[in-house]
Amino acid sequence: MKYIDEFRNGDYAAEVARRIHAEADPERRYRFMEFCGGHTHTLFRYGIPDLLPANVKMIHGPGCPVCVLPMARIDAAIELAVRHQVVLCSYGDMLRVPGAHRTSLQKAKSQGADVRMLYSPADALRIALENPQRQVVFFAIGFETTTPPTAAVLLKAQELKLRNFSVFCNHVLTPPAITGILEPAQQAGERIIEGLVGPGHVSVITGGGAYDSLARRYRTPIVIAGFEPLDILHSILLLVRQCNAGRYDVENQYSRAVTASGNAKAQSMAARTMTLRDSFEWRGLGWMPHSALRIRPEFADYDAERRFELSPSEARENKACECPAVLRGAKAPTDCKLFATVCTPDNPIGACMVSSEGACAAHYSYGHTR
Amino acid sequence: MCLAIPVQVESLLDNDEALVDIGGLKKRISLALVDDVCVGDYVILHVGYALSKIDEDEALRTLELFDQMQALQEELGASLESDGSGD
Amino acid sequence: MSLDPDFRHGCVELIHGGGGRAMRRLIDALFLQAFDNPLLRAGDDQACFQVAPGRMVMTTDSHVISPLFFPGGDIGALAVHGTVNDVCMAGAVPLYLSAAFILEEGFPLSDLRRIVLSMAEAAREAGVAIVTGDTKVVERGKGDGVFITTTGVGRLPENVSCSVARVAIGDRILVSGCLGDHGVAILSQRENLEFEADLRSDSQSLHDLVATMIAVDPGLHCMRDPTRGGLAATLNEIAQQAQVGMRLRENAIPVRQEVRAACEFLGLDPLYIANEGKLIAFCAPEQADALLQAMRSHPKGRDAAIIGEVIEDPRCFVRLRTGFGGERVVDWRSGDPLPRIC
Repeated sequence: MKYIDEFRNGDYAAEVARRIHAEADPERRYRFMEFCGGHTHTLFRYGIPDLLPANVKMIHGPGCPVCVLPMARIDAAIELAVRHQVVLCSYGDMLRVPGAHRTSLQKAKSQGADVRMLYSPADALRIALENPQRQVVFFAIGFETTTPPTAAVLLKAQELKLRNFSVFCNHVLTPPAITGILEPAQQAGERIIEGLVGPGHVSVITGGGAYDSLARRYRTPIVIAGFEPLDILHSILLLVRQCNAGRYDVENQYSRAVTASGNAKAQSMAARTMTLRDSFEWRGLGWMPHSALRIRPEFADYDAERRFELSPSEARENKACECPAVLRGAKAPTDCKLFATVCTPDNPIGACMVSSEGACAAHYSYGHTR
Repeated sequence: MCLAIPVQVESLLDNDEALVDIGGLKKRISLALVDDVCVGDYVILHVGYALSKIDEDEALRTLELFDQMQALQEELGASLESDGSGD
Repeated sequence: MSLDPDFRHGCVELIHGGGGRAMRRLIDALFLQAFDNPLLRAGDDQACFQVAPGRMVMTTDSHVISPLFFPGGDIGALAVHGTVNDVCMAGAVPLYLSAAFILEEGFPLSDLRRIVLSMAEAAREAGVAIVTGDTKVVERGKGDGVFITTTGVGRLPENVSCSVARVAIGDRILVSGCLGDHGVAILSQRENLEFEADLRSDSQSLHDLVATMIAVDPGLHCMRDPTRGGLAATLNEIAQQAQVGMRLRENAIPVRQEVRAACEFLGLDPLYIANEGKLIAFCAPEQADALLQAMRSHPKGRDAAIIGEVIEDPRCFVRLRTGFGGERVVDWRSGDPLPRIC
């Protein structure tokens, strides 16, 4: 498969790994955070930590929209399906994620709610067209990458004047999350990471320029990376080089897909349909200003939060859960008392265990230390 | 995050859609978010939408970097061997 | 009104399970004709057969699947293959099957006929006779079209004892062919996921492949068919039961390009995808090459490969040396694999 297989070449990998070993200064430590859950997944799936020197450590970031979605939002989605009896359409990722009271969309479905798994938001529109007598809600999640497809269906729904379709919008933004991780450390005068493997597919939309000010403000090098294992290994080498040279630039390793300014058409479709929320709660990171999107008033008819009355959730996170520290890179999954004891992929307690992309779940499934 | 894969555009369809191929698998996707896509282009596919075209020159450039690293290493290995100091 | 089943336009009705004449006619016109054999023809409530001296094996499996018809098979053939393969995994020769049908009211008789004929064909191919059966009808909405439970018995050749208890450190691990074909063929039909690919379920009976393998290595340690949960779940189960670890080489594991592509597309891992016509075998290291040759000489084992070995590990991990050069643990997964977008 072109553009996949070449970037999984084991011979090249051995070479890049040799470079990292040769260039990493044994007197320094290199803690790099891969922001994206997709990168976490690739790291583990290909056994990349195995190829790195002991002083180059990868820390898993919060870039998994499933993990960081607060329980209250999942409860709201379940409420839409159960109390409001809508056809609730969602990506496969969301089905097993537990809300409060250990319930999930999959459990709601087994109790009779009409929950449907989608591959594309376009399928939600089709379901609405095929079921004019039912209210159809698309449970939208994701970072900047997944936002434009949601925007495309909102525009299409308006064009078709659909009366039975709406979106429960949970789109979140990457730069505020990076700030949420780096700012507390900066305030405390400590350094928890020496470099950041930047989001690849988010940058396809936003462009690489979105991170320039972050790299400068936190004096942290950022390398935007593709998702194949060689891309990540290569990015680690580039970060090692920046650290050694004392630089903190934004570099674009994923230049075959990412440009400086991104996809203008996708950006404008997102801007036409959605606007910043004042504040949004992130599971594990708390409330962060301007960190998420809501549907614009012009599209109010298609906003499930306006169309349906949703009760306030009393969801509470487990106090012993170390997810906030894990998400910021201050602690490893194994530092948490709940990890692999009470909290497992079959019974996730915290944000990092709920999706296979989460730091704890990936660590549990692929890790050497259990 | 954001599972997206490179696919090749096989034919352009009505309604801003295209039929794409990945490893013999065919799927109908939307081109609503991109302009100027032609048959034969590779695009990044995410949740049924093409997000961008893949820049072939840039991909080759990245791969060339790896090639160079390997060539350099082989050269280094060869010169060490001829010095008789290699291990 | 005629009580004869109308296989063109008719549907399953409650009366077909009622024990009356309509049920009798359906059984005569469909099941008896399709499965025809002397034991079934005897018409008793049970099949009576001679048992050879030695050991017998017995297994049972219920089959529920959506869609009922899929590329490369249907629930009928699957109900035969699944149970025949479970018998075979002991190293046994399958002999007889029972078949119990739970039918949903309203299910088209034409579809039922297709399923039953496909079952008969699969049984003939596997050399087994369906010698006893049962049909029940449930009200509309209380079933998913058809559920089929099959029970199989087989005879175990002398000297053969395939069992997880015999898996030992140093054993080689072999698979009989490409992984993930069945699960991906089913996913390709799933609502909202549909994609086109030249992909068929691998649903097939492994009786003849197993016979070939047993002929070469009667001392074969263990066999399993990696159905639900795929290779990963089956190997983890064996590792736990035998209290051993395993080390696999990713590059050695055969996976078809279309299956790899589908997994890329849906964010799945072929190691976790179901198979219905493949087996995993554990044998002594000195037998591995001969066994592999024998498997490859059989059409159902053409793509067979040695994928790893059994190692000592008190934590019972299944480890994988990736094609990229690193090592990772292949763990169990919770629940069915769901396509993901992130």
